[in-house]
Amino acid sequence: MNKPVADVAPAADLASLPTQQATLDRQHLLSTLQMAEFVSEGFLRFDQMVPADLCEALMAELRAGLYQTYETEGTDWDSVWPEPLAAGRIFRLPAVRGVIESLIGPHPRYDHHFPHLRTGPDNGHQGLHQDAEIDPRGSGFDIQISFFPHDIGPEHGGTLFLPGSHFRRVHNSELGRYQNVLGQVQTVCKAGTLVFWHTDLWHAGRANRTATERYMFKLRLNPMVRQYRLWNTDDLHDPVVRDQAAKILKRTQPWHGQQGRIEQMNRARLWREISGDQEFDTNMYWRRTDNAPQSQYTPVR
Amino acid sequence: MTTAPAVPTTNLRQKLLFLYLANTDLHAAVIAWSTFDGTSNDRPEMDDPDPPYATAVAAMRDGWRVIQVAPMQRPAAGQEFELGYLKFEVILEKLEEVSA
Repeated sequence: MNKPVADVAPAADLASLPTQQATLDRQHLLSTLQMAEFVSEGFLRFDQMVPADLCEALMAELRAGLYQTYETEGTDWDSVWPEPLAAGRIFRLPAVRGVIESLIGPHPRYDHHFPHLRTGPDNGHQGLHQDAEIDPRGSGFDIQISFFPHDIGPEHGGTLFLPGSHFRRVHNSELGRYQNVLGQVQTVCKAGTLVFWHTDLWHAGRANRTATERYMFKLRLNPMVRQYRLWNTDDLHDPVVRDQAAKILKRTQPWHGQQGRIEQMNRARLWREISGDQEFDTNMYWRRTDNAPQSQYTPVR
Repeated sequence: MTTAPAVPTTNLRQKLLFLYLANTDLHAAVIAWSTFDGTSNDRPEMDDPDPPYATAVAAMRDGWRVIQVAPMQRPAAGQEFELGYLKFEVILEKLEEVSA
């Protein structure tokens, strides 16, 4: 059922949570256009965001077995991986915090993490899938962060994402029949790269054809505040920025086909929800659908 | 009652080609594809940049036989804007001889 935006409720009791990002400089928050990119594509990638020394520290800790595959699920994120653990230092870098807090707000809930390791060479591609179970939420979203602590070449089989697939309600690995989709992107990157993605984005790990280890450290976080204007919204009402954001939100993917317009409508719905701009639309699709005039008119007789 | 033989009685094996189209027209562009090859023990190579055929009709002209197309169904009331799996699926087959 399509939930109207007006029904959106906070994910937690706001009275019990800080409402200001007092300790994070505003310069680290995402811009309006970056948020539009996230809503459109379902992910944001930041190359070499994490310094090399922290990447090496995490690799050493991973090899030493310092990380379980799951910490205490549902715990306060702020208490996970205290100093001096490298993972805590990485995910609390101001630039990284800025992206997290722009997407899901301060003091999120730790859901789980998983250090994905593939020891090559192997010949098995993972099938395309959506994580967890069917996500029926009509508003809001969790994020997952994929951190690549070492260089990922084309043969390492870095995570493959299908841009723009995050509004699809599907069930986990039932996508496994799809081997190739136009527009899919396999991650090839330098050490220190982070991909922040909507948890419903379709993705897969691919075969590691090299004779070396390939790591991808994944972290899932849940919002604990309403996802409303959490980024740097100073430019939200700039008409030029608004036009540029609209173009980003109207961009279709090569695999969308006939359903591209419905994808645009779903993006517009999320944009209305997170920006508060209830007039935002793409090609009047929602305004046309929602048009049910109540004003009465009597023709002249 | 007869039961199915435990081993194939012919050397014919099935190859399946799944094509996902931009809409219900079999001339529409292929936007996703998969292959399952009963003549080989190899796993399919994935991540091809280009589809094997531009349309389902192009595959038919190359000898693939359509064995199923996705039905056309109107969306359920209240779920007109919910999207899920790729909608316009065409399944094609070829039968090929393998050496005994």
